[in-house]
Amino acid sequence: MADARKGAPLAARRGGAPAGTARRAYGWLDDRFHITPLIDFMRHKRVPVHRHTVWYYMGGVALFLFMVQVASGILLVLYYKPDEANAFESVRFITTKVSFGWLVRSVHSWSANLMVLFVFIHMFSTFFTRAFRAPRELTWVTGFVLLCLVLGFGFTGYLLPWNELAFFATKVGTDIAGAVPLLGEPIKVLLRGGEDVTGATLTRFYAIHIALLPAIFTAILFAHLLFVQRQGMHEPEYVQRLEPARRKTIPFFPNFLLRDMLLWLLVLNVLLFLAVFFPWELGEKADAFASAPKGIRPEWYFMFMFQTLKLLPAHVLFVEGEVLGIVGFGLLGLAWLLVPFWEARRKPGGRVRPMTLVGVIGVLYIIAMTVWGYLV
Amino acid sequence: MGMTRREFTQLLLTGGAIGWLGSVLYPVISFLRPPRVPEATVQAVKAGLESAFAVNTAQIVKFGRKPVILVREESGEFRAFSATCTHLECIVQYRGDLKQIWCACHNGLYDLKGRNVSGPPPRPLDEYAVNVIAGEILVSRMA
Repeated sequence: MADARKGAPLAARRGGAPAGTARRAYGWLDDRFHITPLIDFMRHKRVPVHRHTVWYYMGGVALFLFMVQVASGILLVLYYKPDEANAFESVRFITTKVSFGWLVRSVHSWSANLMVLFVFIHMFSTFFTRAFRAPRELTWVTGFVLLCLVLGFGFTGYLLPWNELAFFATKVGTDIAGAVPLLGEPIKVLLRGGEDVTGATLTRFYAIHIALLPAIFTAILFAHLLFVQRQGMHEPEYVQRLEPARRKTIPFFPNFLLRDMLLWLLVLNVLLFLAVFFPWELGEKADAFASAPKGIRPEWYFMFMFQTLKLLPAHVLFVEGEVLGIVGFGLLGLAWLLVPFWEARRKPGGRVRPMTLVGVIGVLYIIAMTVWGYLV
Repeated sequence: MGMTRREFTQLLLTGGAIGWLGSVLYPVISFLRPPRVPEATVQAVKAGLESAFAVNTAQIVKFGRKPVILVREESGEFRAFSATCTHLECIVQYRGDLKQIWCACHNGLYDLKGRNVSGPPPRPLDEYAVNVIAGEILVSRMA
């Protein structure tokens, strides 16, 4: 650290330093904030290269999509009106009157969905490559919390256009929270801002969506990224067993970062393609006195739970099917959060990897229930 | 007394910290709990003219802040139930083809006595009384 302050700024001493004003600006900042050690840290940081390296990029894509969310969300806030009388009309105004409003809204909706997708891919790739193992338990835990927050973003944001589908999805979703034993009813009232889903719910969801969740998300994301930086990338078992000479790596800066950014560019293109050619629908305005329309369904990432609840009978023994489903999903979520602390290892000589089996069953269940939900 | 000065100070600081936390959290949590808004108790509502109501159809009636489904059976008789599904609170609709009340959210079915007959709903729908007075339909709470 200290040598960076001796004599001329390090950037000036390094041959490939930026020229002119940029170099002087860099030197001025470096003298005060010691940026060079940070760049050296990134330059020395190396990323393993093997046949599963592609999964390292998924978290970065999710992070990029989060940044798109923040940027497009800030733009939408300029015109959106979070009350029962104006919410739907303000979104219609954005999509029909504001220049490029349709694009900004569509980008916001599509990037939200893509972000959920990439967070799921990131989570399952972490699971199947056993990256959650010690010493990375807290990276997994913070990642799981981030997934829950992302789903919270999706759930609260879905209501904001105040359309028919969102209204019933929120009714069902908050009622599910209400079915949690003991604490359910107060949580439901707290979320809804009253007994029913009304304008008060919309205002609360808006506050949660644009203030509370971003604040918590940013703090936990910072911790998550800090853990990744401090511990480096996890290497799969077969790579760890290789001799040091056969383990390939590339520098994080600039090699890995440039590849990351190239992928971000590709994702941005896909996002814009989707936003332009499949603009997000607004639907019908919510009416608290209209029947739920035929074919009503939640966002795709809640579909597997929705379909499960649909299949459960009214009562299983003495327990209401709905309560059983919700408590069951809650316990499964808790078990998933605590995976690093109870992981079942393969028995010596055994052929089946128990955790791979758990993961495959989980993924197949989610896919099967989601497809079924869309077919019926 | 067997308490050292250090233990006493720790107790004082811990107690103070807990008290401070409580004095901050209590108002915040109280603020989050929405106040109860007094609501006039609705006993009965008019639901239109009998002559304008086709058989084997239904409509949603505003009963204060609650939706009520009013069904006219093929026999011409009226029946009214709470329109809030007992499963997860979606608003139900009448299916003329099935002659049953249906919830589109999770495929729950109720018969025309309000009984949950299929799907996940755990309880029957609450029933309302329907009277036709001088050709006008009146929906009221059950006595």
